[in-house]
Amino acid sequence: MPSTPRTLLEKIWDAHLVCAPEGEQPLIYIDRHLVHEVTSAQAFEGLRLAGRRVRRPEATFATPDHNIPTTDRRLPIADAISRQQIDTLRNNCREFGVRLFDLGDADQGIVHVIGPELGITQPGMTIVCGDSHTATHGALGALAFGIGTSEVEHVLATQTLRQSKPKSFEVRVEGSLHPGITAKDLVLYIIGQLSTEGGTGYVIEYTGPCIRSLGMEERMTVCNMSIEAGARAGMIAPDQITFDYLRGRDYAPRDFEAAVAAWKKLPSDPGARFDRTAIYQGGDVVPQVTWGTNPAQVVGVDATVPDPAAIADASERDSSNRALEYMGLTSGTRISDIALDRVFIGSCTNSRIEDLRAAAKVVQGYSIAPNIHAMVVPGSGRVKRQAELEGLDKVFTAAGFEWREAGCSMCLGMNPDTLSPGQRCASTSNRNFEGRQGKGGRTHLVSPAMAAAAAVAGHFTDIREWRYRS
Amino acid sequence: MKPFVTHTGVVAALDRANVDTDQIIPKQFLKRIERTGFGQFLFFDWRFRPDGSPEPEFELNRPEAAGASILLSRRNFGCGSSREHAPWALADYGFRVVIAPTFADIFYSNCFQNGMLPIRLDEQDVEELFRRTAQATASGGSPYTLRVDLNTCTVADSAGFSKPFEIDAFRRTCLLQGLDNIALTLDHVDSIAAWEAAHGLPPVAAQQP
Ligand code: SF4
Repeated sequence: MPSTPRTLLEKIWDAHLVCAPEGEQPLIYIDRHLVHEVTSAQAFEGLRLAGRRVRRPEATFATPDHNIPTTDRRLPIADAISRQQIDTLRNNCREFGVRLFDLGDADQGIVHVIGPELGITQPGMTIVCGDSHTATHGALGALAFGIGTSEVEHVLATQTLRQSKPKSFEVRVEGSLHPGITAKDLVLYIIGQLSTEGGTGYVIEYTGPCIRSLGMEERMTVCNMSIEAGARAGMIAPDQITFDYLRGRDYAPRDFEAAVAAWKKLPSDPGARFDRTAIYQGGDVVPQVTWGTNPAQVVGVDATVPDPAAIADASERDSSNRALEYMGLTSGTRISDIALDRVFIGSCTNSRIEDLRAAAKVVQGYSIAPNIHAMVVPGSGRVKRQAELEGLDKVFTAAGFEWREAGCSMCLGMNPDTLSPGQRCASTSNRNFEGRQGKGGRTHLVSPAMAAAAAVAGHFTDIREWRYRS
Repeated sequence: MKPFVTHTGVVAALDRANVDTDQIIPKQFLKRIERTGFGQFLFFDWRFRPDGSPEPEFELNRPEAAGASILLSRRNFGCGSSREHAPWALADYGFRVVIAPTFADIFYSNCFQNGMLPIRLDEQDVEELFRRTAQATASGGSPYTLRVDLNTCTVADSAGFSKPFEIDAFRRTCLLQGLDNIALTLDHVDSIAAWEAAHGLPPVAAQQP
């Protein structure tokens, strides 16, 4: 008898269901648990107070990323409270036997960059981390989502999580992207269409020819921002691109061919049913720039700042008015007329080698505008070394960019990398919330190429018209 | 965890949609390694002026919100970062209930881990609560108060407003009894071990529940 067609989500869910006791939320097994310094201290402390251990230390990987300086690593951390948080992570990992990619480690980096890069992230796995951008790992065909600190403690102690089965949402992208249009533009466009809560309660599976044509790192950019549409997870079925990416990575399975054979069974079966489907055309996507204070407040670079009066929904209209005021913008202003003070290229959305290559290609042969302070923060130690091997660091520094050590940096500005009140920044990160990059700071989310072009021009400019000098 | 059965408290109205966890507790306060002491930093960038004095216009600083323990807000409350520091800060400030039409998923589950009850009500009902809160303020009488009963799953005032709300049965039980989730899960440790064995993982030495 043929079995019922299942989605990728259902296959992973079924394979990880430990038990579903009557009257309780189901328990699912967690294959990989990633840990960083900001959301773990209280969880380890909870274990200690209850006299519990980490059930599977070998399934748990830690790195400091959020709260670390991106300047010279040989210097001590100046901020005493930051230093204490890093020391706490270090001590907890030692005490509980967890592998730590510490500050001095060649493989340290943003947790969502190093997971895939080291092959810790694999298709078909369940992966959690006390961080909402855990969705990134879904790009390799895993079910990966962010959890709170109490849940971190729960996973540490039991290697499982209480979880109601999420609903499935197919976001299908037909066609292909025009030249110069990136995965970042695509995902910002999708969020703009779905709104910041359109995906709430769902796991998104991105499908369709446009998605399939994306490289592994581009897929990570798309899945990374699923949370900005409210979805806890985004995923893309594994295929040859996934397998080729993983082959030879440090933590990839030893019997790789056997693993590939199993992974090939993961993609959603023909006829599998999703709870919801939305279809978009890759060809509709133009370079995107956010104008407001949430990622769904986004328009094309060739558009103008929208007029809130035209919004029917009262609370959306109110949000938009507040956003314009905070952002210091007037409706009707052309996006390309918005002048900038800062440019940030980095974050778990866009700090991988291909992102840096794309930005360097734009910058090559140019200098940044005199009004701009710009920095590039690679996502990991490996990305940084690879970029230096290719001479990208020289391209950036010659143009006037700062070249930094790996970390989250000005994506959230917990470390000293922050905007000053009123400063306006083109950023390749994922959140433009009020104060996200520093109190009073104004963030516009864009792709790496758009950020690089803005750094040179001093204002937003349409990357499709860029005159490359490389 | 502190059980939650019924709660009566003053309502603070925060009339904004998409209140994100970066606003609830800004990142500069995430460096602490304790679960407590975050209340002083709640809504910091909205609550305080650059010179450190309270911003009188901010909703929680208005006299009618003094001592509030029930927060009323708009759609998609708690979106953004997974930081559990957000419910820690709300709880530490004195909130035990948040009412909104919709919540972001991670924030929603984080509340339950901390003895806080997030209540979803229809958009019209939330609108009505905003109206009643504003009316109480305008009339200058006693501040607007709601009673939340988790036994009957209702939220009511003393002037005829009474609405049922829905909540997952397991979460409700945990909250009513103040149960420790980890201890509950460790009751199923045999199932966990069986799953591991079936997937070729080496056995783990027993640990106390
Ligand atoms: S880079 Fe930004 S979004 Fe990504 S994990 Fe770090 S702080 Fe979070």
